[in-house]
Amino acid sequence: MSGVSRTFGRRRAVDGVDLSLDAGDCLALFGPNGAGKTTLLRVIAGLLKPTTGSVRVGGRELRSDAAARGQVGLISHQSMLYRALTARENVEFAARLYGSPEPRAAALRALERMRVADRADTPVRALSRGLQQRVSIARAIAHEPRVVLLDEPYTGLDAAGGAALTDMLQLLRAAGASLLLVTHNVDEGLAVASHAAIMLSGRLVRRDACATLDARRYHADYRALVLAGGTPTALGVPA
Amino acid sequence: MTDRADLQPPGVLAAAWLVVRKDLAIEYRTRTAFLSAVVFSILGLTIFYFAWDQSVVAPGDRAPGVLWVVLTFSALLGLQRSFGIEEHDRGIDALLVSPISRESIYLGKAIGNLAFLSAVQLVAIPALVLFYNLRLGQPLLIVSGIVFLAMLGIVAVGTLFSAMAVNTRLAELLLPMLSLPFFVPILMNAAQAGARVFAGRPMSESLAELKILIAFDIVFIIACTLAFPFTLEE
Amino acid sequence: MTSSSFSRSSPPAALVDRPVIDWVLLVAIASVAAVYVRAIAFTPIEARQGAVQKLYYLHFPTALGAYIAVGVTALTSIVFLWLHDERADRLAEASAEVGAMFLLVVMAMGSIWAHVIWGTWWAWWDPRLSLTLFLWFVVIAYLVLRGAIEDPAQRGRYSAVLGILGALLIPFIHLSVYFTDAHLHPMPIVAKPDKPSLPPEMLLTFLLSFAAFTLLTVALIRARYRIGVQRDLLAAMDESGGGA
Repeated sequence: MSGVSRTFGRRRAVDGVDLSLDAGDCLALFGPNGAGKTTLLRVIAGLLKPTTGSVRVGGRELRSDAAARGQVGLISHQSMLYRALTARENVEFAARLYGSPEPRAAALRALERMRVADRADTPVRALSRGLQQRVSIARAIAHEPRVVLLDEPYTGLDAAGGAALTDMLQLLRAAGASLLLVTHNVDEGLAVASHAAIMLSGRLVRRDACATLDARRYHADYRALVLAGGTPTALGVPA
Repeated sequence: MTDRADLQPPGVLAAAWLVVRKDLAIEYRTRTAFLSAVVFSILGLTIFYFAWDQSVVAPGDRAPGVLWVVLTFSALLGLQRSFGIEEHDRGIDALLVSPISRESIYLGKAIGNLAFLSAVQLVAIPALVLFYNLRLGQPLLIVSGIVFLAMLGIVAVGTLFSAMAVNTRLAELLLPMLSLPFFVPILMNAAQAGARVFAGRPMSESLAELKILIAFDIVFIIACTLAFPFTLEE
Repeated sequence: MTSSSFSRSSPPAALVDRPVIDWVLLVAIASVAAVYVRAIAFTPIEARQGAVQKLYYLHFPTALGAYIAVGVTALTSIVFLWLHDERADRLAEASAEVGAMFLLVVMAMGSIWAHVIWGTWWAWWDPRLSLTLFLWFVVIAYLVLRGAIEDPAQRGRYSAVLGILGALLIPFIHLSVYFTDAHLHPMPIVAKPDKPSLPPEMLLTFLLSFAAFTLLTVALIRARYRIGVQRDLLAAMDESGGGA
């Protein structure tokens, strides 16, 4: 995406963000509450129209091209599931929306990857929050998207669920998908990502490749940035 | 980055049908809205029967009026729920992120509501015939046709307003408030035509009303389909 | 730590330079009052209906004002969806409120007139009364919708959609009301006077009244619009200056 910004009334929630991801990349996006991370994610997902700039997937403009949207999967705070339907029905519905050639098989595969296939025929409302989260993740990736957007996906997952998610993310990356992971938890993010970025007051203030980072220094830098809370230039970081 | 070449997102009608099936599956599982609407209809029919002195107004004369009151309120019950289920866990977001068009979402919801309302009427109308001792035959068939035309209009505007109301603070108040002025031309014309048919008068006398009703349906189905994308957060 | 927002910047010009007296509105009210006086004291009493007919000098023009206001709302709704200019949205809001008020007055006057002439406070078989009532429902629904949404962008969008759909609805209500059986019931007493055959003094009063009420409509919409501008400016100041 290039030059993306999103204004709500007079408040600029996202300000001039330029970002690109290659196949197999996983970018962890850190930032304090209110930094604009979720808004940015929603813009990339196509739920919000960017006030300026554009989002492109595989060279195609997301907002206007349905095929581009078909390559994206979104995992967010809300499960986006229908409680009265079973896990399998929910995931199958999603697969059909994207036009998967074999929706039933794709749904089952996704549920298996998230290790929740044994509860496939349970109505979602009967599942615990953690299991619902797993089904929601399965729903998002059933159509094997090329771009996966994740907003605090580890929330609510137990150790087993977290492991299933991490495995799944590796699988997706190996298949060439690009991932954008928004999280508060620096450790969690650094553990799975290939790149890390920090967002502050709507602007992207820093981007690094994880290989070049020392985890402890990064933690300290991040904490300093968040506590200072000032403009990027005031901190001596190029805007 | 290469595309998933084998993904074939459904077209407008196919996507709408997916939404319809999903909504009907949900309703079938819980059945609460359907049963409430049916119970309400029966209750309404019963109350209206006993509300008048039988020697003053014959039940057969009251039947046309009761039919429309019961239809309108059970429609509102069903419409409330149609976007309510999407709001719970933001299922609507999943629909919006997917490649299907916004119009498909609207059409799917509207057709689902039409199916719901028709199912309720399949219980309410026979109940009406039974309680009010109406004769079976051509007039009843024609009135059922008029009911269907009215339902088209009700569902077209009601689905749109349901989408709008669910995003506001006063959702339960707003849906009836917004819908009422729009139901007026539907109900006025349908009820007038229906009353004449019930009274045994020929259809030719009601042509004007029917034309207005059909015109309303066409205009508002198109207008609401076009207006729907504006009701989504963008 | 910054001090309160008012010390950081002076209030915008629009709040300070606003004249204390709204001249346009004053002139409008004065002209309406003048028409009142003329209608009551200087115009002959109509033969068949008596003094209550004089309500008509006010009733008709108020209805016209209401239609102008509602028309403005419908048009600015289209403009807003097309251009996304918040001024169009504010104008739609101002006109809708003025329209709702005028319609209420029209119905009240119509009801009084009906009571004196026909002996009944409400007449479903008078198509114009029904039409006015349903139009009023639409405008009230519009205002309630606006009241239920806090986000200005969403409010503008939703109101505009309702405004346009409402405008589409009016011809259907008009057709329905004029086609119902109800209006074919025999009218107990003679209906309204025919305008073309009015004596010149009455005609003049009518025309003056139309002019005065049109001016009043415009003045009221303008006044209400300016209140909207100030409200929005205050809201913006709160938002930008209020937080730390």
